[in-house]
Amino acid sequence: MIYESPVRDPYVIGEKSYHQITEDILKPIDKTPSKAWYIVLYISIVAMCIGGYSLYKTFTVGIGTWGLNNSVTWGWGIINFVWWIGIGHAGTAFSIFLLVLRQKWRTSINRSAEAMTIFAIICAGLYPMAHMGRIWLCFYIFPYPNTRGPLWVNFNSPLFWDVVAIGTYVLASATFWYLGMMPDFVTIKERAKTKLSKFIYGTLSLGWNASSKTWNRYEAISYILGGLAAALVVSVHSIVAMDFATSVIPGWHTTIFPPFFVVGAIFSGFSMVLTLVIIMRKAFNLQDYITSSHIDAITRILVFISLIMGIAYLTELFISWYSGNGFEIFTFYRNRVTGTYSIPFWLMIFFNAVLPQLFWSKKFRNNLTLVFIISLCVNIGMWFERFIIVVTSLSKDYLPANWTTYTPSIIEVGIFIGTLGFFVFGLCLFLRFLPIIAVSEVKSVTKRTSETPLEH
Amino acid sequence: MKNYWTNLDKNHAIDTTSINEKITDTEKSNLEFLEDNEFVEMATSRRNFLKLCGFSVTVAALATGCETPITNAIPLLIKPEEITPGIANHYASTYFDGNYFCPILVKVRDGRPIKIEGNDLSKTTKGGTTAQVQASVLNLYDSERLSTPLIKGEKSKWEETHVQVMSHLQAVTKKGDKIIILSTPIISPSTLKALDLFKEKYPTTEVVYYEPVSFSGILKANLECFGKQVVPSYYFNKAKVIVSFSADFLGTWLSPVEFISQYAEGRSLQTAGNVMAKHIQLEAGFSVTGSNADVRIPIHPLEEGNILIALYNAIATKSGADLLPENKDYQPPFDVLSIANELWLNKSQSLVLSGSNDMNIQIIVNGINQLLNNYNNTINLDFPYLTKKAIDEDMTRIIAEMNSGDVGAILLNDVNPAYDYPEANQFIAALKKVDFSALLTDRITETASHTEDVLALDNFLESWGDYEPKKEEYSFAQPCIPKLFDTCSFLECLLIWTEIKTTPYEFIKLTTQENLFPTQTTYTDFDNFWSIALQSGIFVPKEKIEIIKTVTKEKQKKVEKEEPILDINKKLYESSSKINIKKDKNSLVLEMIPNIAIGSGAYANNPWLQELPDPITKVSWDNVASVSVKYAKEKGIITGQLISINNTITIPAFVQPGQENNTITIALGYGRKNVGKAGNNVGQNSYPLLKIVNGEKLYHTDVISVTFLNTEYPLALSQTHDVMEGRSIIRETSLKQYLEKPSSGNEEREEILKESTSLYPAAEFPGHHWGLSIDLNACTGCNSCLVACQAENNVPVVGKEQVQKRRIMHWIRLDRYYAGNPENPEMVQMPIMCQQCDSAPCENVCPVAATMRSNEGINQMAYNRCIGTRYCMSNCPYKMRRFNWFQFAKNDSFDFNMNNDLGRMVLNPDVVVRSRGVVEKCSFCTQRIQESKLKAKLEDRPLKDGEILPACAQACPAKAIVFGDLNDTKSEVSQRFNNPRHYHLLEQLHTQPSVGYLTKIRNIDNDINKEEV
Repeated sequence: MIYESPVRDPYVIGEKSYHQITEDILKPIDKTPSKAWYIVLYISIVAMCIGGYSLYKTFTVGIGTWGLNNSVTWGWGIINFVWWIGIGHAGTAFSIFLLVLRQKWRTSINRSAEAMTIFAIICAGLYPMAHMGRIWLCFYIFPYPNTRGPLWVNFNSPLFWDVVAIGTYVLASATFWYLGMMPDFVTIKERAKTKLSKFIYGTLSLGWNASSKTWNRYEAISYILGGLAAALVVSVHSIVAMDFATSVIPGWHTTIFPPFFVVGAIFSGFSMVLTLVIIMRKAFNLQDYITSSHIDAITRILVFISLIMGIAYLTELFISWYSGNGFEIFTFYRNRVTGTYSIPFWLMIFFNAVLPQLFWSKKFRNNLTLVFIISLCVNIGMWFERFIIVVTSLSKDYLPANWTTYTPSIIEVGIFIGTLGFFVFGLCLFLRFLPIIAVSEVKSVTKRTSETPLEH
Repeated sequence: MKNYWTNLDKNHAIDTTSINEKITDTEKSNLEFLEDNEFVEMATSRRNFLKLCGFSVTVAALATGCETPITNAIPLLIKPEEITPGIANHYASTYFDGNYFCPILVKVRDGRPIKIEGNDLSKTTKGGTTAQVQASVLNLYDSERLSTPLIKGEKSKWEETHVQVMSHLQAVTKKGDKIIILSTPIISPSTLKALDLFKEKYPTTEVVYYEPVSFSGILKANLECFGKQVVPSYYFNKAKVIVSFSADFLGTWLSPVEFISQYAEGRSLQTAGNVMAKHIQLEAGFSVTGSNADVRIPIHPLEEGNILIALYNAIATKSGADLLPENKDYQPPFDVLSIANELWLNKSQSLVLSGSNDMNIQIIVNGINQLLNNYNNTINLDFPYLTKKAIDEDMTRIIAEMNSGDVGAILLNDVNPAYDYPEANQFIAALKKVDFSALLTDRITETASHTEDVLALDNFLESWGDYEPKKEEYSFAQPCIPKLFDTCSFLECLLIWTEIKTTPYEFIKLTTQENLFPTQTTYTDFDNFWSIALQSGIFVPKEKIEIIKTVTKEKQKKVEKEEPILDINKKLYESSSKINIKKDKNSLVLEMIPNIAIGSGAYANNPWLQELPDPITKVSWDNVASVSVKYAKEKGIITGQLISINNTITIPAFVQPGQENNTITIALGYGRKNVGKAGNNVGQNSYPLLKIVNGEKLYHTDVISVTFLNTEYPLALSQTHDVMEGRSIIRETSLKQYLEKPSSGNEEREEILKESTSLYPAAEFPGHHWGLSIDLNACTGCNSCLVACQAENNVPVVGKEQVQKRRIMHWIRLDRYYAGNPENPEMVQMPIMCQQCDSAPCENVCPVAATMRSNEGINQMAYNRCIGTRYCMSNCPYKMRRFNWFQFAKNDSFDFNMNNDLGRMVLNPDVVVRSRGVVEKCSFCTQRIQESKLKAKLEDRPLKDGEILPACAQACPAKAIVFGDLNDTKSEVSQRFNNPRHYHLLEQLHTQPSVGYLTKIRNIDNDINKEEV
């Protein structure tokens, strides 16, 4: 029997002309936004106000307004930092891995995924700052020449590597995102009716002239940047993982952490993309561009990553037992699998390693409601994973006299709500003012070899 | 001098203008436009408006922009000889609060006392202190002290007050009515002399002593048995077997600072040559003393007497003395015979004592000690404590006298019966029947509102004093700061009221000259003697030392030859028959005891003491009702649940392992209503629950009713997990195992050392390498080091809410764990501070390099550099780093001593007050190390071992903490590090701490191999 490779589904449904594509995608920029958009925007602004107030309290009164204590010195601040960073991996992973691997289906999703990355990283970047006891001295963390003699930062500290890694990552992904939008800016400028938008979009396009030389350079730089950023995807979360892995605390001090964190980050990023894309295609009628086969592709990736996650969890449990280290065994078996924090632990296992297994079945993959719910569950599950790592290890470490529990304060929850608000707010603006799908790139994948060319 | 002119016009002007005019001229030139008619009359034009604006803005800027002049700093015009700004002076003085005494050194920096340390010249306390003594310096700077005397609640002047008091006293004397002075025990020879003079002037005077925590039972028992109304001296260091019935002698009973030192000596394996005293504690509530005991037996307070009779009889059988009648129905729940055997084997080297206030029980105790020939060996009646004087019955008597109207005036000296007398209302009612009443106190107390006058007393650091805490053992107090407020000492008042025209200083000097100077031969000149006595702070007549050495031996011989001098058998019969009538031993009983931090409650406004976690319950800022595990299970009580006892007290329950099943224990000293911001309404007052039976105060009472409320009360617990989870944190062994193998219990260290290796080169310390060793066998858990550290290092008080959130700032923590049967577990304790690791996990994770190891092995914090990421705290396996969650100084949300100018005077200027957002921790008292190093350098000599004493080591009465240079192989700390008992906490992590521990040893025959609770 000869293996017959299946004919892939079209990337864009319906025989659309280039003009039609431009019209479909850039419609939101011309139109006055819908009521729903305003409602979401206002809610996000309210959430940002809550976050702003919480930050104000944190900065003026002190970290004491959080629920932390002498033993659990890191809490929601670090949990949410890692969580947002994880989400911030999606865009780059999407664009870059799939770009490098020449997966053309990425074209209708990568733009929004990249936007998400940028907003998520800004949210993440807020935490290490807000988390500092003396934020007014945060510049101490940068290695800058100073007049204090040979006073330098501590290059041994993973927290310093964090600053460097995240800084690089933000710059690289923002550049990549911006660069990708340049051809579309010109398209918008050409369609724009007011002088002001013409000016703004024209300026943003940096004088794009659509010559073949420009296109050539554009593609070259995309690949170069992509190549560079691909390494960053791995390095950023590896370094975040090292914040924990280089410590001596049971449950943190493990060599599995860097790859485990990177995979986890991509996992949460992809599921966040899934969540958003399902909402976006519905809200902006983009079902023809973000087709069910796109969703299908992402869910298939999720199954695969979910398996890796499951293996990672099992490996951690096995190694802690195999090590024979009493402290490790206690942390894993009596403070995670059982104990005060067993419910978040089992939720984490269920959401991250068990639930996505439903996607083995095509029936479930095609059920958008289910996919949406599971994608949300994975996000929650990944949040619990960070919670389990940060809190269980600190709450019960070496000396039982130090053991305590941790409950976040309203202020910590408020900051989290604020970051969620900012994330949604950023996305709202993105959906309204920027090309939400890479127009120029989608145009390049509308044709299939099996199809007869359209007649113009 | 010639005037040179600069131009022709000026030349002319100079000739004609006088100097005065010239000055006016220059002034005028600056301000002339103001005087200018044109200016005054000018129209309000835009230009003029701007001109004026400009002028006023400039003036405002000049007037306010400059720094306001410092008004308070007055430089010393002539520098006093002994004061060098920035260098601390230590003055010998004495702490006595009416209960505990302690010879001390007061560290005075730039005119203000900032720290109290033990006086190491004292042979009794040997330089140790208790937590209360350490904290007492803060009482001086209590902003709620009285600043003037009050007459009927109105502020008054001393002259007027004295006149008013004297006129009342004279009127009362003329009338022939009684004057009562109700006072805390007075141990000052000169005050006693002044009192005698006072009595001469006002002959109807009676002095009555009053103590909230009474020793009346012992005083009366000794009067009955030996004809001496005294509390004898105890020598725990000479005893090989100590059997204590609910006497918390290592925590609160009589003179803990002295007993801890003796106890540690008697149980130290280094000095006593492998002989270790055995300690058996029988008690109801878990005490610090009980936690140190080799054997602890929970007993019901009502069966104490019966057990003692059984014990007496068991010993009497051996010695051949007459047996006492025993209650036939009573069967001791444990083997009394084995205890008797052990005591008998160590005859004349044993000690039996009881904390009971029941005279009959104390008589039996005396009988046992008599049988065991302990008098003049481990107990001495000839040199008794003079700190305990109150007889309970006196209070009942004077209340009756006051009610009958015989009493014309009452002077209350530093007592607070409206708070701490069980029948406070009766006392207050009686007080109203007295024509004139005055209270001498340092603050408005509960009693103050019921007396006519309130006379503001000095703090002990502000006045002169002399003390005789134990017979023929003297100590002195000198003022270390000018009086902060318009206050008087009791002696000063007495002298004025007696119309003796002398100052307290002169009076004390005179008394000393008359009494003490003749008892010595070393000094021929009194002034010389006086200055030496003040300088050393203590004086012991030569005879006493000789007497202790020789005379007791003679006496001992006498006693051995003859039968007991006094026939106490009759008393014993009486007492035992009285004890035997006592009722049901299975009923629920409430027991009231003082605790380590608050004691009787007089210093409840001291935030350091309020925040000090109780060593057993780990509760701060509250007292609790400790119930047994069994009782809690039966009734379904959980820790923190409110319970109401006898409908008089509603208090949170605390499930206490080791609590006797039928008792509930509550600490005294809480629930003050009028003591100050920090202490008001903290906990519940349990004094009203005390029972007065035939005038005797009983510190236990029957529980008639207990109601369990469904409300949970938030307790500020600084430790919530009580078992070690099988981790070798506190390593322990039995004496038997230790004698077989000194490193027993410490086997893990050998294994770890065998496998210990590192990829990195070991840290090198070319100069000093500071190390600290804690002997867990000596540490009793007295908490003195915690407060000493807090005082030395400006550690902030955070308040109940923050302690509850587990954010206590103490740089030393006392971890306590239970092991064994939950109904009678063993308890172990361990002081933990920053371990100053040579390979510190905190150091390599700090992104800004704010914490670094010094080349002397100290893990130092650069507060200025810290940005507060708390990564170091997360990565510290000992969790001994502390974060400033809030601005703790000058913040109204934390209204403790660091929030007022007066309270901040206690701050140590050598240690920075940390700001919000900074991580801090133990620095090995780096300021003290530096001070000693500089001193040695100036004197051009090497540092001596033991010269540097961190605050914790200095305060430790057991000398459990030793600090020194590990590079010096002869130093005590190096020797301890080479002891087979030595180990490091969590050494398997290869953190290589500079703090070491010595294993704990219990004097029991069986192997230590216990399960956890």
